[in-house]
Amino acid sequence: MVDLVWFQLLSAALFVIGLYGVMARRSAVLIVMSIELMLNAVNINLIAAASHMEGTGSFANFDGQLIAIFIITVAAAEVGLALAIILRMFRNRSTVNVDEIDLMKW
Amino acid sequence: MAWFVFILVAALTIGGGLGVVLSRNVVHAALALLVSLIAVAGVYLVLFAEFLALVQVLIYGGAIIIVLLFAVMLTRSSDYPRISDNKQWPLAAVAALALLGVLVPAFVINNVAGTQAQNASFTGIGESLFTTWAVPFEIASLVLLVALIGAIIIARSGPGEN
Repeated sequence: MVDLVWFQLLSAALFVIGLYGVMARRSAVLIVMSIELMLNAVNINLIAAASHMEGTGSFANFDGQLIAIFIITVAAAEVGLALAIILRMFRNRSTVNVDEIDLMKW
Repeated sequence: MAWFVFILVAALTIGGGLGVVLSRNVVHAALALLVSLIAVAGVYLVLFAEFLALVQVLIYGGAIIIVLLFAVMLTRSSDYPRISDNKQWPLAAVAALALLGVLVPAFVINNVAGTQAQNASFTGIGESLFTTWAVPFEIASLVLLVALIGAIIIARSGPGEN
C-alpha cells in the first residue's frame, strides 16, 4: 500500500508549483489557475490524512473529506468572483496583466 | 497495483501543474490544468475517497475549467496566445523551492508508517454532513449565493458606462 507520506509529498510538490505560478505569472487568469492548483494540493493533503485515520465502520472519521468538500465549494465561489473581477479589470484597463494594474502602487 | 496507479496519477498531476505554470499559451495552460485536476480525482480514488473523486470531476473538470476558459475567451487581448512571465520569476522559483525544502523534510521526519487508506462510505459522509457539519453546510450555500450575486453585480456594466 502507498504510505501517507507519498501523498503528502505529492501535495507539497503541487502546492509549490502553484505558488511559483502565482508569483511568476503576469496574466490574472493564469494566477487564478495556479490558485486552483494550490487548493487541490491542500485537498489531497486533507483527504490523505482523513483516509489514513484509525477507525472503521460507525467510528470512521469523515471530517477531513467534508472539509475538502467545503474547500471545493469555496473554490467554485472564488472562481466565479475571479471571472467577474477579471472581466471588470479588462473592461476598465484593456489588460489582465497584474503588473500593469498599478493604480494603488505607491 | 496501488503503487502503479499512484505513480501514474501523481506524474499526471505534477506534469499538468508544470504545464499550467510553464506553458506559453494560455489555452494550453487551461488544458494542462484540466489534466492535473482529473489526475487529482485519480489520487482520491487511490485514497478510496470515491465521493470526492466524483465531486472533483464534476465541479473542477466540469464547471471550473469552463469558467476559466470563459475568462480566457472574454479577455482575449493582443498578448495572447504568447504570454510572458514577469521579471521576478527567478525569485519566485527560489521562494517556491525554499518552501519545498521546508515541506519535504517536515513530511518525511513526521512520517507515520504502516497506516492503510480506508474506504469512506457514501452513507457515512452523508450522515456526517447533515449532523456534525449541518451548520457549515448551510453557510456554504449562503456563501455560494452571495458570491454569485456579487459576481453579477461586479461584472455588469453600471449606468454611466457603455
